[in-house]
Amino acid sequence: MALAKSDVPSGPRMLPGQPLSVDVADEIDRVISRYDWSPSSLLNILHEVQEYVGYLPEPVIVRVAERLGVPVADVHGVVSFYALFSMKPKGRYRIAACKGTACYVRGAPRVLERLEAELGIAPGDTTSDGLFSLDVVRCLGACGLGPVVMINDDVHARLKPDRIPGVLKRYRDNS
Amino acid sequence: MALVRVTIDGVAGEVDAGTTVLKAAEKLAIHIPTLCYLEGIHEVGACRVCVVEVKGAKTLQAACVTPVADGMTVRTNTPAVRKARKTVVELILSNHPAECPTCVRNTNCELQSLAESFNIRDNRFAGERGDYPVDSTAKGIVRDPNKCILCRRCVSVCEKVQAVKAIGPLNRGFDTVIAPAFGEPMGDSICVNCGQCVLVCPVGALYEQDHSQRVWAALADPSKHVVIQTAPATRVALGETQGMEPGSIVTGKMVAGLRRLGFDKVMDTDFTADLTIIEEGHELIERLTKGGVLPLITSCSPGWIKFIEHFYPELLPNVSTCKSPQQMFGALVKTYYAEKAGIDPADIFSVSMMPCTAKKFECDRPEMRASGHQDVDVVLTTREVGRMLREAGIVLETLPEEEHDAPMGSSTGAAVIFGATGGVMEAALRTAYEVVTGKTLPNLNFTAVRGLDGVKEAEVDLDGTKVRVAVAHALGNAKKVLDTVKAGQGGWHFIEIMCCPGGCLGGGGQPIPTNTDIRRKRMEAIYTADERAAIRKSHENPGIKAIYEEFLGKPLGRRSHELLHTLYTPRGRYGAPKSRAAD
Repeated sequence: MALAKSDVPSGPRMLPGQPLSVDVADEIDRVISRYDWSPSSLLNILHEVQEYVGYLPEPVIVRVAERLGVPVADVHGVVSFYALFSMKPKGRYRIAACKGTACYVRGAPRVLERLEAELGIAPGDTTSDGLFSLDVVRCLGACGLGPVVMINDDVHARLKPDRIPGVLKRYRDNS
Repeated sequence: MALVRVTIDGVAGEVDAGTTVLKAAEKLAIHIPTLCYLEGIHEVGACRVCVVEVKGAKTLQAACVTPVADGMTVRTNTPAVRKARKTVVELILSNHPAECPTCVRNTNCELQSLAESFNIRDNRFAGERGDYPVDSTAKGIVRDPNKCILCRRCVSVCEKVQAVKAIGPLNRGFDTVIAPAFGEPMGDSICVNCGQCVLVCPVGALYEQDHSQRVWAALADPSKHVVIQTAPATRVALGETQGMEPGSIVTGKMVAGLRRLGFDKVMDTDFTADLTIIEEGHELIERLTKGGVLPLITSCSPGWIKFIEHFYPELLPNVSTCKSPQQMFGALVKTYYAEKAGIDPADIFSVSMMPCTAKKFECDRPEMRASGHQDVDVVLTTREVGRMLREAGIVLETLPEEEHDAPMGSSTGAAVIFGATGGVMEAALRTAYEVVTGKTLPNLNFTAVRGLDGVKEAEVDLDGTKVRVAVAHALGNAKKVLDTVKAGQGGWHFIEIMCCPGGCLGGGGQPIPTNTDIRRKRMEAIYTADERAAIRKSHENPGIKAIYEEFLGKPLGRRSHELLHTLYTPRGRYGAPKSRAAD
């Protein structure tokens, strides 16, 4: 599978530890105003803000809380509850390794183990070069193809641990 | 309202439509156990301890959230119900530390008593446990996530009653923990130390900072002159720590008990409550007549003070500059009393007995060193004093009634009502009326400001000057009043705000349980104590007259400003803790 250069996504707009930039602050206001400053739209707002920033670092969460007039504990509670949200920057290539029942019985744990070893990170983390992030998911709805791993929008089916280095290399070569 | 028929365990009855099975059972004198349920505050049906069988329903139903349908048949004592309840508690126990004998809530724990009443004798599901650090960074409150059963009562009280929401559930599933945002230490958070979470915690996951060891050490140190002051609301609650009925007035026995613990002097916060009325009353009159910032808002309640510092710093100029009675006492015990008794203030160990966990934060504020020393060295909650008495084997009921020590022991009915919501307002009005009009007040009881309504209002005629007042208790109600003030409405001149529901008698340092019924009984006791008092107006307290003559000079005078008045710190609500102070 070849990847076109235009498919290569960019990195996050804020590095960890950085203060809120004017751009990000303005975008948060734009998103919130699209939802009429309504705290009940918190999930949608966080989703769109994460799309823009790449993840949801602490200053972003505080800003969303402040602008919506809700407690920070509420916003952080929501962010930390849903697997959709991340407080750590994701890699350019987001790896979602399925550990649902079907993939599990067809060898997902060994695939995941190999991914961790090749990347040198644990699930939930991002490689230091910012290229790959690894997450465990429960069922991608492709049980017949298990074990399944998604990398961004690509589905890698019936994976064997020994195929992992080759798969990763294709993405590395493309960046 | 329409009535519906229900039969519970064969007992038939009628209840209002919409009544839950739990409340219907209560009405029919049938007990259904609960754990996460907190009436009116936290009714979510999460823990499943209250499950019952409802005829026709496929599964067991949570009684606390299931409304009675007409003709419903309920059974609360069947093998399936007993098994389900027992399993629920066994599962909660599976990751709960079995440290009951050394837990602060031993013999006063809802989980422990459920395990006992369900006859659980082994732990079938002993499982993985969390290993979290205990957070003791807040001055008043300790949080131990290892003992938390995630019932979320604390979260609901913090959010719905107190409008603070310092803590909430973070993460998901087994990793869930109740903590401030980002897991920051409580001491750096917007927590106001009110301790309402402590009162509702069913287990030992939230409790007061225990400072009794420091007091025992001081009592055993012959070089220390140990003085204790007793807050108004403690005398109607301490008895509960020894099994007395809520609402028992134990003032004299409390004084006797504290003497037997070894305190050199047992004096009274009521004395400085009277002093607060004189200072704050004059501040009000000055602001009314000289065009100062109005409405004036009371400053006795340290949880309330931290709340306004975080959430409404722009209204700080409205807050009275008077210190709380505790801190006025602290400043005077190491100056006025030290001088009078000929004791080096460095040798005085100043303890206060408070219904409050926020007072522990207050005594540690950097500005509370007007005497040149820390004015109040240690704050003990009513619960801690109860434990000290028990440890010493002192039984209040067997003791004689004794009087507080001079010179700061004389008090009035106006001072004791500081312990109830509306009390400071009523005491202030008794004095303001007589000071402004020069006449004797015909009826001392300002009943409009009494009771458990969230916000109370009244108008008082001071010889032609109409003074409009408001009283709020619990910070959620305070928030409503402040929003009204911010909108330029209300038209109030003077507002009393107390942090805790019911006022100090429902404070976070009071005996557990503290609920609405118990608050009401303590409140009745407070007004009984007022009725019985020989003197019921602060300005008639002979000790107050003496301290102005001998030491302070006049109200709002130079010495008063040095010792009895203070400043506040805007803190802000958002942002990282370090930058928050600068918000």
